[in-house]
Amino acid sequence: MNDFYIIFTASLVAINCALMGSFLVMRRMVMIGDAISHAVLPGIFVAYYVSGSTASIPVLIGAALSGILATLMIEWLTAKARLQSDAAIGIAYTLLFAIGIVLISKFGANADLDQQCVLYGEIEYVSLWLQPIVGGLLLPQQAIILAIVCMVLIIAIAIGYRGLFLTTFDPNFALSTGVAVTFWHYFLMSGVSLTTVVSFESVGAILVIAFLSGPPAIAYLLTEDLKKMLILGCLIGISCSIGGYYAAKWLNVSVSGSISTVIGILFLITFVITSVQKSKLDVITS
Amino acid sequence: MELWEHITTFFSAENYTLFIVSIGSGILCLAAGAVGTFTYLRKRALIGDVISHSVLPGIAIAFMLTGVKNPLYFLLGAVVSGLISIWIVDYVQAKSKLKLDTILALTLSVFFGVGVVLLTKIQHGGNAAQSGLDSFLFGKAASMNLLDVKLFSIIALVNVACIAVFLRSFSLISFDESYAKGIGFNVKLLKGFLALLTVMTVAIGVQAVGVVLMAALLITPAAGARYLTNSIPRMLVISGSFGFASGLIGVFISYSGAGMPTGPWIVIVLSAFALVAILFGKKRGVFARRRVKKNNHIKINNENVLKDIYKVGSQGTKTITINELIKKEKYPPKLLISTLKRLEKIDHVGLVRGMIILSDKGRLAAREVIRKHRLWEIYLSKYFQLDADHLHDDAEGIEHVITPEIEIELIKLLERPEKDPHQSEIPY
Repeated sequence: MNDFYIIFTASLVAINCALMGSFLVMRRMVMIGDAISHAVLPGIFVAYYVSGSTASIPVLIGAALSGILATLMIEWLTAKARLQSDAAIGIAYTLLFAIGIVLISKFGANADLDQQCVLYGEIEYVSLWLQPIVGGLLLPQQAIILAIVCMVLIIAIAIGYRGLFLTTFDPNFALSTGVAVTFWHYFLMSGVSLTTVVSFESVGAILVIAFLSGPPAIAYLLTEDLKKMLILGCLIGISCSIGGYYAAKWLNVSVSGSISTVIGILFLITFVITSVQKSKLDVITS
Repeated sequence: MELWEHITTFFSAENYTLFIVSIGSGILCLAAGAVGTFTYLRKRALIGDVISHSVLPGIAIAFMLTGVKNPLYFLLGAVVSGLISIWIVDYVQAKSKLKLDTILALTLSVFFGVGVVLLTKIQHGGNAAQSGLDSFLFGKAASMNLLDVKLFSIIALVNVACIAVFLRSFSLISFDESYAKGIGFNVKLLKGFLALLTVMTVAIGVQAVGVVLMAALLITPAAGARYLTNSIPRMLVISGSFGFASGLIGVFISYSGAGMPTGPWIVIVLSAFALVAILFGKKRGVFARRRVKKNNHIKINNENVLKDIYKVGSQGTKTITINELIKKEKYPPKLLISTLKRLEKIDHVGLVRGMIILSDKGRLAAREVIRKHRLWEIYLSKYFQLDADHLHDDAEGIEHVITPEIEIELIKLLERPEKDPHQSEIPY
């Protein structure tokens, strides 16, 4: 059953990240997801310090707030201070992460919270916090939250698909036809914040980034249809979770690390195959 | 002066180790600031983040192969896997439709994932020497041993020296790669060399501040320096000094406060430096730019009001009242009054009991604005074949920007015209 809990949790993270990641990949904004996933640290700690528990709701709110703070900092640095965007991202998240570590080492001597868990997550232990749901079925607390977020994301994408699609592929056209580009930008960023915040607690920042960038990138190499990309990205993410988990169990290593590695290997295979196909095609057409 | 005493003890010879460590951190950050200048200018600021995550598998493999914790072996492993990560980023970017940000995120997370897998493998392997191997994921500058610090400082200084020697070439490839290629520079080799320097710097810097914060050591001082100067050598010096000072101060704070971590404090100090530069930079800073914008706004208002006084008062021959001007040109009264007061101060108008009297100086200035406006209208209709009713809005904006030199050129080009496209006379 433990196997199932871990794979189930990882798969939910994979689905959430693939849904958001597909849009980030197409909008060239994946590194903002990376920034948010690191910048949540101070918010988590403050929430923990104020509420005195690692119970999920206050911690989630704290994390979400500092995630939003990070996006606002990046916006300010690029729009008002005219800093180039990659540098703005780098400055914002490192500063927030540094502040988080300082806060933890100053006030959190016995906090059950350190940068290690932010980076790696604790997916191996999800089954320690089981919650009964309907019909006497037990599920990890994390997985329940992830499942709720997953449903929210699917509904949001279904409702906002047209706006997201237009602003992703042709923002100028969208602007000229009266689509609120800024609204959809923040719509997406809230989704990304929500996703990274609920995900990183279980799988850690690094795997969140791997899930945000890897499966959508692989799917994008295979198809250019956004709808197919979304579905394919989810399926790839789930397969990597299953493969990565069993590989980790077999080799007795970190589950998060192992899933990232599997994503990397799958990307490499896809990249080589599509490149070979493309060069064959080039030969034929020439 | 408790603080002063504190500082002198900190730098006294009794605290030899601490002294060396603080100088060492300073030198590390100096090298990072110098190398970072080029990654910043080449718009690849986040590559530092990728490298710092990517050195992990190299370090783990170095340990697996040798079984000892030797900083030289670690450095070698780190440099090799760091270079591989850069090569992968470049290769995938060149060969696929994926964008840079996706490739960066994917590369850093996969390399780090592989590193974590190897690290957990080592931990479960039972080699007693492995304990503390993961500690430098998070950087422990204050607890580096003396030998490491000396080694790293030497490498950092060599990096800085290389940058000084190759300053011109590196500057060239940062701004115009194809031009550099055209005049016979070996761009590929230079880029590779710069990459090697970057990887070396990151590989040693990671041990001071950790994987996540390493990116800041490259980006933050360079970005701050960019707001203070336009010259690359100066930017290098400023960025390096930012780094050096932050390294020292970071170690000092972590020495003063019990249990305070070094790396995060270095980053916080760096960010504070950068923020000050971003806000107060003499030309590019946020406040400087706001000031320029405000001054432009004032200039435009002044010129517009002056022009309207001239026109409403039939070419400056009639004295008009403020109310007349408000009625005719629909100015918000508050703005108009403040603008008129400014104009009075520079002797362009005189204000007597609600009457506006245009001075000679004011008349000349008004004629100048109108002249530029009409010249521009002629230019547009002649060279862009625009209809007469499309000219006004464009000229309305440009009349405030045309310099005397451009005006002379315009007059020459248009052969000193008498009438504008609306048949109004041009006041010379």
